[in-house]
Amino acid sequence: MPSQVTYKLYGLLQRPRVMQASTSLSPTNVSEREAFAEAGGAAIAPLVAVDGLEVAFATARGQVKAVDGVTWAVRPGETMALVGESGSGKSVSALALMRLLGRPAGRIVGGRITFDGRDLLSLSESEMRALRGRALAMIFQEPMTSLNPILSIGLQIMEPLRVHLGMNEAAARSRAAELLRLVGIPDAERRLDQFPHQFSGGMRQRVMIAIGLACDPKLLIADEPTTALDVTIQAQILELMKDLSRRLGITLILITHNLGIVARYADRVAVMYAGRVVEEGPAGALFAAPRHPYTIGLLRSVPRLDQPRRGRLATIEGAPPNLLAPPEGCRFAPRCPYRIAACAIDPPLREIGDDRRSACHRVAEIANGLAGDADAATLPAAVGVARPLLEIRGLTKHFRVKVGGIVGGSAMVRAVQDVSFSIDAGRTLGLVGESGCGKTTVGRTILRLEDATAGQVLFEGEDLVTVSRSRMNRLRTDIQVIFQDPYSSLNPRMTVGTIVAEPLRVYGKVRSREEARARTATLLEQVGLLPDMAERYPHQLSGGQRQRVGIARALAMEPKFIVCDEPVSALDVSIQGQIINLLDELQQRLGLTYLFIAHDLAVVRHISHRIVVMYLGRIMEMAERDALYEKPFHPYTRALLDAAPIPDPVVERGRASRALTGELPSPLAPPSGCVFHTRCPLATAECKATIPPLREVAPGRFAACIKV
Amino acid sequence: MTDLASPARPAARPAYRPRSRVVTFVTMQPLGTAGLAIILLMAFAGIFAEWVSPYDPVINDFVAMLSPPSLEHPLGTDAFGRDILSRLIYGARTALAIGFISSFVGCTLGAAVGIASAYFGGRTDLLIQRFLEILLSFPIIVLALVVVAILGRNLVLGIDVNLICAIAVPIVPRVARVIRSSALSIREMPYIDAARAAGYSAPRIIFRHMAPNVSAPYLIMLTAYVAQAILLEASLSFLGLGVSEPLPAWGLMLSGSSSDFYREAPWMILFPGLAISLAVFAFNLFGDSLRDWLDPRLKT
Amino acid sequence: MLGYIAKRIVLMIPTLLGVAVLTFFMLRVVPGDVVEVKLRADGAAVTQAVIDRERARLGLDKPLPVQFADWMKGLVTFDFGLSMWTGRPVIDEIGVRIGLTLQVAVMAALIAVLIAIPLGTISALFRDSWIDYLVRMVTIAGLAVPSFWLGMLIVLALLTLFRWSPPVTYTSFITDPVANMSQLVWPAVAVGYRYAAVVARMVRSSLIEVMQEDYIRTARAKGLFERMVVVRHALGNALLPAITVIGLEFAFLIGGLVVTEQVFNLNGIGRLFVDAVARSDFVLIQTLVMLVAFMFVSVNLVVDLLYGVLDPRIRYR
Repeated sequence: MPSQVTYKLYGLLQRPRVMQASTSLSPTNVSEREAFAEAGGAAIAPLVAVDGLEVAFATARGQVKAVDGVTWAVRPGETMALVGESGSGKSVSALALMRLLGRPAGRIVGGRITFDGRDLLSLSESEMRALRGRALAMIFQEPMTSLNPILSIGLQIMEPLRVHLGMNEAAARSRAAELLRLVGIPDAERRLDQFPHQFSGGMRQRVMIAIGLACDPKLLIADEPTTALDVTIQAQILELMKDLSRRLGITLILITHNLGIVARYADRVAVMYAGRVVEEGPAGALFAAPRHPYTIGLLRSVPRLDQPRRGRLATIEGAPPNLLAPPEGCRFAPRCPYRIAACAIDPPLREIGDDRRSACHRVAEIANGLAGDADAATLPAAVGVARPLLEIRGLTKHFRVKVGGIVGGSAMVRAVQDVSFSIDAGRTLGLVGESGCGKTTVGRTILRLEDATAGQVLFEGEDLVTVSRSRMNRLRTDIQVIFQDPYSSLNPRMTVGTIVAEPLRVYGKVRSREEARARTATLLEQVGLLPDMAERYPHQLSGGQRQRVGIARALAMEPKFIVCDEPVSALDVSIQGQIINLLDELQQRLGLTYLFIAHDLAVVRHISHRIVVMYLGRIMEMAERDALYEKPFHPYTRALLDAAPIPDPVVERGRASRALTGELPSPLAPPSGCVFHTRCPLATAECKATIPPLREVAPGRFAACIKV
Repeated sequence: MTDLASPARPAARPAYRPRSRVVTFVTMQPLGTAGLAIILLMAFAGIFAEWVSPYDPVINDFVAMLSPPSLEHPLGTDAFGRDILSRLIYGARTALAIGFISSFVGCTLGAAVGIASAYFGGRTDLLIQRFLEILLSFPIIVLALVVVAILGRNLVLGIDVNLICAIAVPIVPRVARVIRSSALSIREMPYIDAARAAGYSAPRIIFRHMAPNVSAPYLIMLTAYVAQAILLEASLSFLGLGVSEPLPAWGLMLSGSSSDFYREAPWMILFPGLAISLAVFAFNLFGDSLRDWLDPRLKT
Repeated sequence: MLGYIAKRIVLMIPTLLGVAVLTFFMLRVVPGDVVEVKLRADGAAVTQAVIDRERARLGLDKPLPVQFADWMKGLVTFDFGLSMWTGRPVIDEIGVRIGLTLQVAVMAALIAVLIAIPLGTISALFRDSWIDYLVRMVTIAGLAVPSFWLGMLIVLALLTLFRWSPPVTYTSFITDPVANMSQLVWPAVAVGYRYAAVVARMVRSSLIEVMQEDYIRTARAKGLFERMVVVRHALGNALLPAITVIGLEFAFLIGGLVVTEQVFNLNGIGRLFVDAVARSDFVLIQTLVMLVAFMFVSVNLVVDLLYGVLDPRIRYR
């Protein structure tokens, strides 16, 4: 693929207008960039400099300063990452740079933004418009909603060409087709006339990149460009962006919450917290020796794909501050393990040498090892004797879905196809895969929220698929569930207390109101909440607190087994670690068994004992945790592990980029034979013809591949 | 680093203190508050009509026939010499009572049908949907007229029960459709899955978990359809198929002799029409604000 | 696309059949007999034999299913039976009036849509400005003012300002366009106000929603002129839901005319319908209901097809 891109790129450069517009493409420029990198880069003036930027939003409850004195700069040709959790102001500062803040609510109230020597904030709206899409381009998070549904892809790519470069219809069209080929969309001529709904999420993001690159901009801002995509597609898109920006000499600002992506792609990093930059510097140095307690905490709280589990995750206590009333002084102080009296005074972001900046009073002490190493608690041994609590045999679930609108036909989705595995009591089984692989359906079938098409779900020897409804209701006290989205998994019209106490009342586990209240208080404390939170409504809690309520509700039944359906994927990194630790601790204390459904391989590695990898409704590989991560057998497992970036630039530099090619096939029309053959690097004609059985390839290890 | 046994600290911000809902509504929705004020004023006048109105609304006074507005009769008199202001005040009672009762009946029935249709799904849902579609292909007033034609009149406690039916019936399918779609999206919410996974009974899930969550669209439609019902009642009465003489009703005040004499005595139609418009306007204003306040995304 | 149209047309049939069954049998369950009411009006002494003869003439002595089958057969062959009151064929009663009603309805719709779309757009683009507040007030008032009262006000205004009233006798547009328009434009305005208000509100709210979509941000990020962003990217999407409302409200318009025709002394379908209800002329009622339902379903069909043309998500599947 890269060679193909180079070839197309060459074709692209033949166009005189583009040539003129993109002198920075010349090889001299690239070598210039390398020279600058060697010289430490200090001499070269930044392309973009944001200085003391302040952005305020008017809300019903008052003014919120979403960005409060943010300063950073990017030099030409660099890739800079803006990292932070939700609400840290990273996207807002990028939108402010484009001057695209939602009017009239959001306003820039202070600071300066210089781009290529011009003060962007002093430009008139029409001057700014002429820059947008021409010198500055932006790609957004949601590829599904970022393209206009009723206009053709071709028209949407041609628009900037016609507006900014004054191309005629024919020239714009042929350039648009070239751009589509450049971003790796085959059959470009025909696809220009298609509409967004005929493209997959990954393909739409490629179209967005084509639009962004159309006029050969100097700066490309990508706002969480892959957050909505599956991990293998994410790798494709990021590789494409890196490749194109390097080749075309485009400066890239990458906004993300994923530290792995930062480590793999960024030259520089600015870490944001509560509307401010807390640390900034070259990626390598920042990851190797972070100089701000927040950065330190963030890096420690991410489970690592490349390292064996070290026991509990180190986490950051508490939650980010409410920006309506931010704390005085250092905004991180309330959560900081190293806070001192001086933290009541706001620490400025200041130079700490080596082209780095940090906003902490105790920078010098941190450099001298104040934080120490992460406490590596030993991994406790799994409790109890291994005996299967839940056994799934040949589970199959087909859905009939309507295709098209009111008068469409129907089609069969083979969501889960012949899946068998068992979970030992007191252990965690991790079920991983990309969207549409059937992992959630497996969980729902176990809970009998869906009726299985075929197969057995044996819980302590009883088949949940065929057991009577009344018996199932009795068994439900043993089997509970925690959902992904803490915002929609709690009834907004009930108080926390009612939510937690409801199962106690329905199942007669408490006799009086007082007993219910006491039991609720205990349960809330057990999940790390204050008992007086029982009177609150879900919308008055933070995401992490809501997820704790969800856990308390599940625990109220005193279950033996809990289906955890992506319980941390909607949470911010620092909160995610807290919930993972809580689940871990509850398992040890109460001897719980988990089915942990997730798409994040690192989280699964951290929490699971045994792992099942699914793809398009089938099991690809099944093994004990450490064995699987150390030496994956199935090519799909290998691809998944390769695609997931690791938050360590040193490790990342040593990894070859082996992004899986191709699209995720639709579960409506899965490929024949081995479902993975369309994307498998090892696939042969045989794979197309026969469905490989899941067989034991080593003791305790199963894989569904004829090449293993 | 964190100690899990110790509860997560509530961040160092003041304890949550909700402002009074009424205060928030008044400050955030001034237009809606104005609407509500008009509604309350009309309701007050209607309820205490016996004390508020200067004359008896049904007694004819042939001396004062068709007199223009004056100190004695602030809004003038009609062809029978009846005081228009007094008839308007009593008319408020009729309009609000019929409007509110029929909207309540129609919306509640509609909500019940909508929730049931969404919860049970499958064949039941399909059947109900078909039936609603049939009802929906009658314009509101046509359906109301058909119901009038079928039922005739049936006075209970001075209120025409069949008229209420005629106004409520066209409301049912329209409300059912909206409530069904919002109940359908609620049915897919994880908290309903959680309730099902906990093994709760269908009635418990419907009434405890689903119904409270469709209360926002229900309340919004309840207000909006009071306005519609008042308008519909006025139209039916105007056609002579709604409220009948001598009961004072705004629509009625525009028909009959008023249609014949309004060119000469415009006050006869000016004020009743204004009253209808003001009442409907007030309910729409309030309903709009209620929608913005309860659920900015919802549109009826 | 052709298959789609065909399927949509086939789907109209069960709905219309449902309307027919519902109307026919509901009208028959009520006690009271129109023939008796008609013949014994004014307390005239009529023998049972006369009544029976009249009933037989109107086909009312047959069993209900047979009557229904006859009616269905009639609907397909455009033989709708005889009015129970006047005794004239229903098709003639409708035929002489439908032109007038349709003309008023179409005029009202045209006036309304032409005013509503720009009004709603301006209101949305200048959200929370004084223009927006003015438009919102005017449109909410449009929902509140009864069309028949507005009609009276118009007549009154014409009379006081110009000492002129619209003509009361109907002239067809072909014989005398001026006389025709001077009579029919006023009821069109009276019922069109509400129509315009509903459509303008829909355009406003859906444009406000669309302007917050991600793809509008994309369009701005491309550096397009604001005019292009609004006209090409926003309006196209915002008008889709507005089209649905335009279709639905057209059927409402017919309802509005039922009342408004009285005010302007127009002898249209609405007037006929009210008279039929007042006289319990079931044959006429059921046919008129079918006519209205047919119009409603056809307008919906047109809306759906229009959607298919405008929305590629439906066009290409």
